[in-house]
Amino acid sequence: MRVGVVTFPGTLDDRDAARAVCAGGSEAIELWHGDADLKNVDVVILPGGFSYGDYLRCGAISRFAPVMTSIIEQANKGMPLLGICNGFQVLCESHLLPGALTRNSDLHFLCKDQVISIENTNTPWTSSFSKGQEILIPLKNGEGSFQCDDATLASLEGDGQIIARYVGENPNGSRNMIAGITNARGNVVGLMPHPEHAIDALTGPSADGLGFFTSILNAMVK
Amino acid sequence: MSLDTVAQAIAHPDTAQPFKELGLKPDEYGRIKEILGRRPTSSELAMYSVMWSEHCSYKSSKVHLKQFGEKAPKSDALLVGIGENAGVVDVGQGYAVTFKIESHNHPSFVEPYQGAATGVGGIVRDILTMGARPIAVMDPLRFGPADAPDTRRVLPGIIAGVGGYGNCLGLPNIGGEVVFDETYIGNPLVNALCVGVMRHSDIKLAKAAGAGNLVVLYGAKTGGDGIGGVSVLASETFGDGGSTKRPSVQVGDPFVEKVLIECSLEIFAEDLVVGIQDLGGAGLSCATSELASGGSGGMKVQLDKVPLRDPSLSPEEILMSESQERMCAIVQPSKIARFLEICKKWDVTVTVIGEVTDGKHLEITWNGELIVDVPPRTVAHDGPVYNRPLAQPEYIDRVNAEKISVPMPQSSAEIKVALLKLVSAPNMADKSWVTAQYDKYVQGNTIQAQPDDSGMVRIDEKTHLGVAIATDANANWSYLNPYQGAKLALAEAARNIATAGARPLAVTNCLNFGSPEDPGVMWQFAESVRGLADGCLEMGLPVTGGNVSFYNQTGEVAILPTPVIGVLGVIDDVRTRTPMSFNKAGLELYLLGTTHSDLAGSEWAFLHGQRGGNSPTADLQNEMNLIEVLLAGRSQKIFTAAHDLSQGGLAMSITEMVLRHMVGATISLKNVANDLLSETPGRVIVAIESSQAGALSDLCAKYKTPVSKLGTTGGDSLVINETTISLQELKIAHTSTFPRLFG
Repeated sequence: MRVGVVTFPGTLDDRDAARAVCAGGSEAIELWHGDADLKNVDVVILPGGFSYGDYLRCGAISRFAPVMTSIIEQANKGMPLLGICNGFQVLCESHLLPGALTRNSDLHFLCKDQVISIENTNTPWTSSFSKGQEILIPLKNGEGSFQCDDATLASLEGDGQIIARYVGENPNGSRNMIAGITNARGNVVGLMPHPEHAIDALTGPSADGLGFFTSILNAMVK
Repeated sequence: MSLDTVAQAIAHPDTAQPFKELGLKPDEYGRIKEILGRRPTSSELAMYSVMWSEHCSYKSSKVHLKQFGEKAPKSDALLVGIGENAGVVDVGQGYAVTFKIESHNHPSFVEPYQGAATGVGGIVRDILTMGARPIAVMDPLRFGPADAPDTRRVLPGIIAGVGGYGNCLGLPNIGGEVVFDETYIGNPLVNALCVGVMRHSDIKLAKAAGAGNLVVLYGAKTGGDGIGGVSVLASETFGDGGSTKRPSVQVGDPFVEKVLIECSLEIFAEDLVVGIQDLGGAGLSCATSELASGGSGGMKVQLDKVPLRDPSLSPEEILMSESQERMCAIVQPSKIARFLEICKKWDVTVTVIGEVTDGKHLEITWNGELIVDVPPRTVAHDGPVYNRPLAQPEYIDRVNAEKISVPMPQSSAEIKVALLKLVSAPNMADKSWVTAQYDKYVQGNTIQAQPDDSGMVRIDEKTHLGVAIATDANANWSYLNPYQGAKLALAEAARNIATAGARPLAVTNCLNFGSPEDPGVMWQFAESVRGLADGCLEMGLPVTGGNVSFYNQTGEVAILPTPVIGVLGVIDDVRTRTPMSFNKAGLELYLLGTTHSDLAGSEWAFLHGQRGGNSPTADLQNEMNLIEVLLAGRSQKIFTAAHDLSQGGLAMSITEMVLRHMVGATISLKNVANDLLSETPGRVIVAIESSQAGALSDLCAKYKTPVSKLGTTGGDSLVINETTISLQELKIAHTSTFPRLFG
């Protein structure tokens, strides 16, 4: 399976995401922000980083990159799409996901090993986890506090669109401890912590993150 | 102001020039006139003033630093030595690793966030300039007392600046130090280390060879930031009541630097440059004169072609500007089209500003008029050299004669109180509040980071080859005996590499001192350099480069002599490293090395306001034996864990081990107070399976290293003789200090 990994100027975790894709058994295809051609990929990952320096607002400029026009079009047709950290911010700015990511409540960049629980295993990105499973993966960002209005929060909760929650102390002030959400259709997932940094206990806190990359392979070859 | 051309300088030889304001002494100005055979133009004066500043020319330190060359041990590992942007060492399998540490102390006091941020940016460009992909950073930091108001001003900004810049570049921060002492009030030390990796064939040098080749400036546009930063900021002592000098601090844009890194690496991969230099301190003055003197000497530059953020800048200001995120490359005409294409792909501003000539002079024009015409070596390398007076300061004999008198805990209650006091002291307390602001995971190759003894990164995902780096300084010991202090810092950094099983390979240094115009400070500096050079020779470790930061003093009070020593080591398989702690019960704990009564300069003495006595004497033969034990123990799979003993002694090290995975330990000590608090160098705690006891004993006998049993692992407490402290209580004491102080 072909997994596109987008590089914007300022993207940092593209190589890590590509490594995780390969570790999950798929082929990673480099996609360039300035090129609308998606190279026949089956699914796309928007990796972490500081695209366009996070100027204006995180993800606000990336949303207008030529590659995003194609990605938004395909996602609206059902193509699976995962945004990690900065990628999650891009998805919100692109209105593929509701809400916004704001400064961490303590105003510091935070890098820590974070336990999250998987709340929704029906998406193509989370299908190999069990509901309620707790996993340990790195969280690292300055603007990871998920915010939305009450009506949106109620519908996210009511429709099972919250795919992961922080466990323990709220690390960044996110509403309802939200670590990741999906759209109504379930193909677009945004996740603040970094599963691509937890594919091997040698270089990460665990190998728990690998589940996101094996999930997508299972979902697509089924 | 009218343009001061070479013709003007000849026609009007007696024009008064502001050389003093630019930081030049009268005799230095005279020397420039002698070199040129006329007065310099204002642009030439600007160039000489920044390049002959203490920061760029090492004029006070050169006579001492040459020992690193004279006493250099024979090393097959050194591929590029001192003098280039950074040294390069061979780590095997065709890989070359480059690493260097630099200071950004003064700017970080003036404007903590930007000062620290651009300190990271500058050292990263030095590493990039060698042709390497930067793979990690480290940041040894020093501040005034943790509860001092100014520390509350500078510390959060400096930490945020280091993190803000490094995180945005996608460089894992794998270690450093945070140390507090009253002498750093007004003189915080921000040292930044970067390490990069490349193939042997990809090493790049700063030289402008080949007449007709083009001089290409790429990266950020040039603005008014950092003008005179080198001469005004880095080479003067701050006095009371002066201007804040904020305009001399550069402002960083890490996004531009990240793009510049990727763009440069793509250019390097296609072999499109003959030579390359980054623009850091002294900006274009430095880049053009160093590139030209690295080649045959001839270069023509059209300064009016430099793209500007501020079109009102004068040629002198353009030459001195320290705008960040700029690089200067020498490119063959046949390769320029592809070079421009790659810059366009990354949206990087690029301009051909000149060409290499077969002459001997660097000639710079402004709208067709010649404003600089100099032999480039005289700017870049032939600056003044001072053999400054030095004298052992009077305090040395006085403090060496002092007897340490500190409470030595004996009863269970006293031991517990002492331990909790030690582990919660700002210098000893858990630094997660700091390191949580740094991304340690990006690039996916981080094997070890703070609080491990060293930072370690994998450089090959298939063979698992890796490098480890540690930086250390013990300013208390350096204060008591700068010669021993430097040797001891070297030994500690090497030991920190070896505990994980990596073999020490090469050394970098960042020498932070007070004013070189004070003979006592100059003596501290000379003794430190002598100690480091002797230590490196004895341990067989070449110095690959470094940095000197003088004038770290407020009024008459200099900082403690703070030579920060960085050691790089190599490990053939990162999967087999020895971790710093254990996560299971039933292991046996041993102490390698011998404990003497070394309380002088210790953290325990510091906590009781004492800074007297004699520092330990470095026994580098013992240290090298210990390193062999650690390396063999790793390869023979004898160790389950190994952790260095340094500041805070055994008390601190055993605490760090039990808190790492919250697995306790029971140890028994003969002379409990001294055994816990003494800081005798050359010691390591190892944890082994009991079945390895014989192998450990044989190994230590082979390398003549004393070994004694401390106890066993397990339980939810740290038990020292009759004293029991729950891990929970220990953890709260160790981890609550920074959040309490800095929120």
